[in-house]
Amino acid sequence: MMRIPPAALVGLFFTSVFFFCAIFAPFIAPYGMAEVVGDVWEPSSSEFLLGTDSIGRDLLSRMIWGGRTTIFIATAATVLSFVTGATLGFFAAVSGGWVDQVLSRFIDLVMSIPSLIFALVVLSVMPTTILTLILLMGLLDSTRVFRLARAVAVDITVMDYVEAARLRGEKIGWIIFRETLPNALSPLVAEVGLRFIFMVLFVSTLSFLGLGVQPPQADWGGIVKENKEGINYGIQAALYPAYAIATLCISINLVADWILGRTTSLKGGRG
Amino acid sequence: MTEPLLKVRGLKIGATIYPPGEKSRDIEIVHGVDFDLEAGKVLGLIGESGAGKSTIGLAALSYGRGGVELTGGEVWLNGRDILKSRMADKRSLRGGEVTYVSQSAAASFNPAKRIMEQVTEAAISHGKFTKKEAEERAVGLFEKLGLPDPENIGSRYPHQVSGGQLQRCMTALALCPQPDLVVFDEPTTALDVTTQIDVLKAIKTAIRDTGVAALYITHDLAVVAQVSDHIMVLQQGAMVEYGSVDQIINAPKEEYTQALVSVRSIKHVEKEPGQTPLLKVEGITARYSGTNFDVLKDIDVELHAGQTLAVVGESGSGKSTLARVITGLLPPSEGTLTFDGRTLTPDLATRPLDDLRELQMIYQMADTAMNPRQTVGTIIGRPLEFYFGLKGKEKQKRIQQLLDEIELGEGFQDRYPAELSGGQKQRVCIARALAAKPKLIICDEVTSALDPLVADGILKLLLRLQKVEDVAYLFITHDLATVKAIADSIAVMFQGKIVRYGPKSQVLAPPFDDYTDLLLSSVPEMRIGWLEETIATRKMEAAGN
Repeated sequence: MMRIPPAALVGLFFTSVFFFCAIFAPFIAPYGMAEVVGDVWEPSSSEFLLGTDSIGRDLLSRMIWGGRTTIFIATAATVLSFVTGATLGFFAAVSGGWVDQVLSRFIDLVMSIPSLIFALVVLSVMPTTILTLILLMGLLDSTRVFRLARAVAVDITVMDYVEAARLRGEKIGWIIFRETLPNALSPLVAEVGLRFIFMVLFVSTLSFLGLGVQPPQADWGGIVKENKEGINYGIQAALYPAYAIATLCISINLVADWILGRTTSLKGGRG
Repeated sequence: MTEPLLKVRGLKIGATIYPPGEKSRDIEIVHGVDFDLEAGKVLGLIGESGAGKSTIGLAALSYGRGGVELTGGEVWLNGRDILKSRMADKRSLRGGEVTYVSQSAAASFNPAKRIMEQVTEAAISHGKFTKKEAEERAVGLFEKLGLPDPENIGSRYPHQVSGGQLQRCMTALALCPQPDLVVFDEPTTALDVTTQIDVLKAIKTAIRDTGVAALYITHDLAVVAQVSDHIMVLQQGAMVEYGSVDQIINAPKEEYTQALVSVRSIKHVEKEPGQTPLLKVEGITARYSGTNFDVLKDIDVELHAGQTLAVVGESGSGKSTLARVITGLLPPSEGTLTFDGRTLTPDLATRPLDDLRELQMIYQMADTAMNPRQTVGTIIGRPLEFYFGLKGKEKQKRIQQLLDEIELGEGFQDRYPAELSGGQKQRVCIARALAAKPKLIICDEVTSALDPLVADGILKLLLRLQKVEDVAYLFITHDLATVKAIADSIAVMFQGKIVRYGPKSQVLAPPFDDYTDLLLSSVPEMRIGWLEETIATRKMEAAGN
C-alpha cells in the first residue's frame, strides 16, 4: 500500500474537486450558464451561494461553467504542447546535426517573440473560437516543452544503450519512444503540472483582455473582466475566479511534486 | 608493549539504504572490525567493492561519508577514542593528525586555485606551520615525490600537471601538515598502468622518509604487496584474514584470500590463424570532426574467425577509436575494412542489416549500456525480435536459453538492471550481443570496471562462449593480465599507431621495443620487491610523468 504525503493529499483533493466540477458541470451547476436569474450583484444568499454577477446571473453557476471551459482549454492545450514539443525535442536531440540546428533555431525565433503579444496579434486577425485558442496556446507553449525535452534527451542519447541501439540498426522511432522517452519521463511529468498552470493563467489573461473565450460563454478570466467594476463598490464577484485559479495552481503543483518524487525512485529510476 | 597509534575495536558502521519500491531501512555495512596500526607502519586494506574498505579508512578520521554512520565500537588514535570526541577535537584531528588521499585527484583539487595554496592550506589552518614554513615543507615534499621542478610546480593550476603528477601533489598535500596517519584510498587506481608504478614508488618513498603511518586501501593485491607491512583482507564488511605481506601473498590461509591471490591464472593456449581473416583492417586513418589531429594513423590488423585479437595500450592511445571506426560510428578518413569477405561501408547508416547483426559490441560500463527502464527480458529479447522476427513463446524460450548460457538461469527475465550486480549486468550485455548470433564481438574494456574475481568469471565465460559459438573477439583493454588470459594475437597501440603486432607468443617474447617493455614491466606482480626491481631496470620513462 503506498503512502501519500499530506501535501499531495491536499493537492489531489482540490484537483479532483475542480476536475469533477468541470466534467459534471451540467449536473452540478444550480442554474444555466447564461441564465439571468436575479438582480445585478446580489449578495450571497441561500438562493445564490456566491451572489449574482454584473447582469444578474448566478455566480456559482458561472464559476462552475467557467471552470469547465478554462480547464478544458488548458488541458487540451497542454496535451497538444507536450505531444508536439516532446516529439520535436526528442527528434532534434536524437537526430543531431543540421536537423537539430534548424529546429532549435526556429524554436528560438518563436520564443524571441513574447507569447502574449504573439497571441494577441494572431487572435486579432483570426476568429476567436475555442479551437483557435487551443491550437495557438498549445503551439506557443510547445516551444518551452521542446527546450526541456531536447535538453533531457541530449543527456540520454549519449548513453551507451542508445549507441547500442544505433549499432543494432534501430530506426529513429524506437530510439525516441523506447530508449529515450521512458528515461525522460519524470522531468516531463513534473513539467506537465507547471505548463498546465501556465495555460490556465494564459487563457484567463486572454479572456480578461477580451480576446479569449467570448461571452456569453463563461470562463474564469472572463468572469473577472465582467465583474471588475464591482471591486470599486466592495463587491467580491471578481475575486472568486482569482481564488479558484490560485487554488488550482497550488494543488496541481503539490501533485506534480509528489509524482516527480515517486517516479524518480521507481525501479531503475534516474537520479 | 607500547600503545599502537591507531587501535580499532569492534568497529560497526551502518547506513540507510533506499531499495527501489520498498521502504528505506538501516543496514550494517561493517560488522565489528578490530585492528592495530603502529606508528610508522603501513597496513593495506584489501577487498572487493562493497567490502567496506573506504568506510573503514574514513572511520580513522571519525568520519562517515554521505549517510554512513559510525554506530559502534571504538577507534583509538593517540590514546583517545575519536568516535566519542567533540566536534572541535574532530576538526583539529582531520587534516592535522590524520589526512586523506582520495582516488581521483582531478576531482579533489579545486581547479580555480594554485596547487601550492591547496597543498599548504591544512597545515596553515591547523596552525602547525606558518605560510613560509609550510611552503618550504611542500617544496621538500614535491622533491621527495619526484615531481619535476619542485620549486615552481606549486604555482601551477591543477589542470597544468598530468594525472600522475596531480596524484603525487595530493600525497604532498596529505603529508604537509606532518600527520601521524595518512589514509590512502585507491590512490593509483584511476591512473594508467605505466604511471601507476611511478606514483606507487613516490608514495612508498615518502611514507618511508617521513615515518608516517598509513592505511593503504586498494582492490589490487599486487599493488598493496609493494607498499604495506601488513595486509587485512575484507569481505562484505568483515575481516577475512590478517597477516604480514609475506604470509598473505605466499601462504594465504583462508579460501577467499587464496582466490584473490590466484586471480588471473586462466591458461589460454593461442590458436593457429585460419586461412582467410574474418576482419581485415587496412591502412585506417581517422580523426574526429573539428580537430586537426589523426587519432589513428595507418592501422593494419587482421582477426581470424573464432579467435581473439587483443588491442592494448594506455588511455588516449586510440584503442576505443579503432572500435568506433570498425562499428561505423566514426567513418575513417582513409583505409578500408573487410569483414567476412565483404567490404564494410564506412558509415553505420549505410550498412546492410546483416553486417550490423554479425558485428556486436560490449561496453565497459554495463550500467550505462543497458536502458534502466527495460527489463532483462526486453534487453535480450530486442535483438531476437529485430533481427530474427522471433515473437511470443519462441522468443521467451530463446531468451531463457541465452540466460542459461551466461549462467544466470531462471527468474532474471523480469528484473531491471538496477536489480543486478556488476558482474550480472555485464553478463546480460554479453547475452544481448550473443542474441544477434554475431561473428565478431568488440569488447571495449569489458572487465575494467569489475572486481578481480568477477572479472575472472566474465573472462572464463567469454572463453567458453568462444568455443561454443565460434565467435571472434576484438578485445580492447589496458590490462595485460587480461590479454595474457584471453588473446590469440595482440596489437600494442601507442599514440594512435600500432607499435607491435603478431601472435601472442611472439608479442610477449623478447626482444621488446621500448614501449612494450614499459607496458609489460608496469603490470604489478604479486611479490615483494617487484617495484624496486622494475624501476631500476626499465628502459623508458612513462609518458604521464
